[in-house]
Amino acid sequence: MSEALATATPLDGEALEQRLIELTQQGLPLVPHPYHQLAGQLGVSSEAVMAAFRAMQARGVVRRIAAVPNHYRLGFRGNGMSVWDIPDEAVREAGREVGALDCVSHCYIRPRALPDWPYNLFAMVHGRDRDAVHEQVAAIAQILGGRVRSHDVLFSTEVLKKSGFRSAAT
Amino acid sequence: MTAAMQELSALDRSIINRLQDGIPVCAAPYAELAAELGTDETTLLQRLRALKGAGYLSRIGPMYNVERMGGAFTLAALRVPEARFDEVAGIVNAFPEVAHNYRRDHAFNMWFVVAVADAEAMDSVLSRIKAATGLEVYNFPKQEEFYLRLKFDV
Repeated sequence: MSEALATATPLDGEALEQRLIELTQQGLPLVPHPYHQLAGQLGVSSEAVMAAFRAMQARGVVRRIAAVPNHYRLGFRGNGMSVWDIPDEAVREAGREVGALDCVSHCYIRPRALPDWPYNLFAMVHGRDRDAVHEQVAAIAQILGGRVRSHDVLFSTEVLKKSGFRSAAT
Repeated sequence: MTAAMQELSALDRSIINRLQDGIPVCAAPYAELAAELGTDETTLLQRLRALKGAGYLSRIGPMYNVERMGGAFTLAALRVPEARFDEVAGIVNAFPEVAHNYRRDHAFNMWFVVAVADAEAMDSVLSRIKAATGLEVYNFPKQEEFYLRLKFDV
């Protein structure tokens, strides 16, 4: 496709979505009509931009459009990665139960690395301080009961790198 | 309530609480949210800039799911001998694919997230980290996710 033709072709579909993703890396514009502003930058209609966001939400490419609080800044200084060794046949149900707790932000089943790493369920636990996190972890241990073969909690002691890249997945 | 939360006004707290639930896709989303919160659009936008500037909000906008876009994430860990810690951190952080890296108080003392735009590139990145550090890279890709929106009531 010649460049002249490419510029003449209106952005739509995946090309439009890709450009919107690039333009919103730093977030949605904090202006009265953010979708109109994005539309103006791309030379498309605001309806097309809003339709693209709705389509991306429907497909799960956009998990949600929202504000993300910085729990550390809000005073939750204790953030522990709790890790659990749960029998494979019980781990799904355990994950659902743990993931539903208020103090847990993310909960994942991950592979073990035997013999060094026996844990297959990871849950990020947030509290005001380490003591609060330890209390929450003890409460989780109680909920999981006999399904827990062993568990541990790892606290971060230093941020070594934090890039601008953001996603709800991390 | 934490001390940090007490520093916030009632309006700021209600903004943080409400906007965690979502920003609508419509012509004037902030005006719509402002009406719900009993304030006006100008004030809401001003408070959002201030809350983001002060770090109470780390992001305002769409949250993208990298996997649905053809990319991939993983969580990986290293057991780094204490004497080599800073050196290894420098090597790992130099990889542009390493998004976040944390020291944790455990024998597995370095935990980082690797993000690639093309899922097929993941193995190669992890191999290069292993080669560059001379350390076993433990790869813990998520197999299942129990993702519940974390809502901090502030």
